[in-house]
Amino acid sequence: MIRNFITAGFMLALSASSSLAATEITWWHAMGAELGQKLEAIATKFNESQTDYVVKPVYKGTYPETLTATIAAFRAGEQPAIVQVFEVGTGTMMAAKGAVYPVYKLMADQGEAFDPKSFIAPVVGYYTDTEGNILSMPFNSSTPILYYNKDVFKKAGLDPEVAPKTWAEVEDFSRKIVTSGAAKCGFTSAWITWIQTENLSAIHDQPFGTLENGFGGTGTEFTFNGPVQVKHWGNLKKWADEGLFQYGGPVGGDDAATKFYAQECAMTMNSSAGRAGVIKNAKDFTPGFAPLPYYDDLTKEPKNSIIGGATLWVLNGQNDDVYKGVAKFFTYLSQPELQADWHQSTGYLPITNAVYELGQKQGYYEKNPGSDVAIQQITRGTPSVNSKGVRFGNLTQARAILDEEFQALLAGTKTAQDALDSAVKRGNELLREFEAAN
Amino acid sequence: MDTKRTIFPNRVLPYLLLAPQLVITLVFFIWPAGQAVKSSFEREDPFGLSASFVGFQHYARLLKDPLYLDSLGRTAVFAVAVTALSMALGLALAVAVNRLVRSGRVYTTLLVWPYAVAPVIAGLLWWFLFNSTTGVLAYFLGQLGIRWDHNLNGTHAMILIVIAAAWKQVSYNFLFFLAGLQSVPHSLIEAAAIDGSGPVKRFFTIVLPLLSPTTFFLFIVNVNYTMFDTFAIVDATTAGGPAQATTILVYKVYNDGYLGLNLGSSSAQSVLLMLIVVVLTVIQFRYVERRVQY
Repeated sequence: MIRNFITAGFMLALSASSSLAATEITWWHAMGAELGQKLEAIATKFNESQTDYVVKPVYKGTYPETLTATIAAFRAGEQPAIVQVFEVGTGTMMAAKGAVYPVYKLMADQGEAFDPKSFIAPVVGYYTDTEGNILSMPFNSSTPILYYNKDVFKKAGLDPEVAPKTWAEVEDFSRKIVTSGAAKCGFTSAWITWIQTENLSAIHDQPFGTLENGFGGTGTEFTFNGPVQVKHWGNLKKWADEGLFQYGGPVGGDDAATKFYAQECAMTMNSSAGRAGVIKNAKDFTPGFAPLPYYDDLTKEPKNSIIGGATLWVLNGQNDDVYKGVAKFFTYLSQPELQADWHQSTGYLPITNAVYELGQKQGYYEKNPGSDVAIQQITRGTPSVNSKGVRFGNLTQARAILDEEFQALLAGTKTAQDALDSAVKRGNELLREFEAAN
Repeated sequence: MDTKRTIFPNRVLPYLLLAPQLVITLVFFIWPAGQAVKSSFEREDPFGLSASFVGFQHYARLLKDPLYLDSLGRTAVFAVAVTALSMALGLALAVAVNRLVRSGRVYTTLLVWPYAVAPVIAGLLWWFLFNSTTGVLAYFLGQLGIRWDHNLNGTHAMILIVIAAAWKQVSYNFLFFLAGLQSVPHSLIEAAAIDGSGPVKRFFTIVLPLLSPTTFFLFIVNVNYTMFDTFAIVDATTAGGPAQATTILVYKVYNDGYLGLNLGSSSAQSVLLMLIVVVLTVIQFRYVERRVQY
């Protein structure tokens, strides 16, 4: 504490005595490992490109941790200028009108060019308010895809170039893999809540909640205990008991990646941004990439998957110099070349049309088969109200509840119907709390 | 017990000497506690931009919430298990070390080590040993036919946090018991030995009653430890899971308040937790202390 005071005093004296001192812009983020290094590199490049501003990225842990740290900091008046908030926190951030400096307004105030139309449709749809204004800066958007181990497929007597398209095939392939001894388990999954519940609902055109999945207002209720979700959770339990599916843990499911890298599980479902990690860690096998499976008895035409990842929110309470720098930094971030590099090296979606076109022109997708699975999956067909996305207040907490109920399901203390009913009931209480508080 | 009355002529000095402690208590205890009571009657949005008074709504809801009542029961199980386990082990180790004449100091040093380990590290250590895929202990349990999986089995998770929490507290109990044992007059034990009582009888009729002040003190310290200080262990080991099977009250306060951003309910919970501990302490002093012989 005292050291902070001294440093602060020292910095103050320094900035007062020298007009050359650069304005510092703190940027809290949730990118660890490979993604974190890439993010640091972007900040460093920006800092080297000019002398007026210094962007300081600070790793704050997981997405939920970053969000709660930001809120705690805001309450203490120590908030960063920029914070990376995952898509689940969007509802919470949108409701916090006094805390957020909307990006469209910031860019207009600072006279920087900013065209909402340049972003791909799922991104624009997700992060705009009802008047069509983009409230946060799109940065790293993702969508879940299927990763599989081609070597294990070959060992199990499967065609390594053919990934399972439907859940029936996932089950069938997994059984072959396990019985042939090619791997201990067929598949695992990161993010049970996001992938096996939210995206499952979107792909099968099932509502996750009322009022257009929450886009229509805060008086919404969860409805994810429908027959499709119940059937799927029931199947996951059945497959877990049979040893075809292994649980990767709550929230992001950290064990899922480990199980896949260690070749214990032949397939995993994870964010498209897991691609960087897969390529780096799949040293002894060749990974394959494919869209998420669907139930062909429930839908003939699977809908688009929904967005994940995060955007950059600007917080109130900084001085104008800082905001000028933030706007400059956002303009810098929006360059197609930089975005293309970020997208291609991480697996995040190309968030603007220009980035996607640049990638095509460079021949990137042809040279790297499977690298466009995510973008094709998220843009396929016409989005329905059920596949546009989900936006609820307290969604982080609702996801925690879903994780708990899923654990109860796997432990055998609840059936799929009971677990989902209970999650809906508890989740609705959160929604009522959120409605009352905002 | 007779009270000694000493008259100090200076009227200001005692207050001055007390002042630092009082200020610290005020700033670090009374004030935050007051804040907690205040916010337990309010509903606030996460960013603290607006707050409204809701009276006893948070309390009423908590007392009806099956998850909260479950958590209460789990905390009782946890507190009893950790206190019993760590005190019994601490005493057993102290008795064993007390018999050693020369190597006693070495054992004492070794046994105190766990206390120096940060709770998070202790939690992680046990989590690692019991990890269902890579843990050594989980492997041996598997050899014995027990499929250990604290990620899905609530009972396993509870056993895990009890072990981790007790392991850290054993050192503390051991030190106090050892000190207590060393202050038991040798003449009493020798006299009993001459009268023909065996070591077991000597222990239960002479040593244990003379240890009662130490035991009582440790009992209160241990109960408070399980109620408040075990947060980091739970967080690092099971994070309250699976399906809230290890969400003890203090973890629920954090979970609902910090992660869940439901500050009103979280404050109400911490007020209730404070009341529970106050009541427990009063009961302990009123009824248990009577059995203590100083």
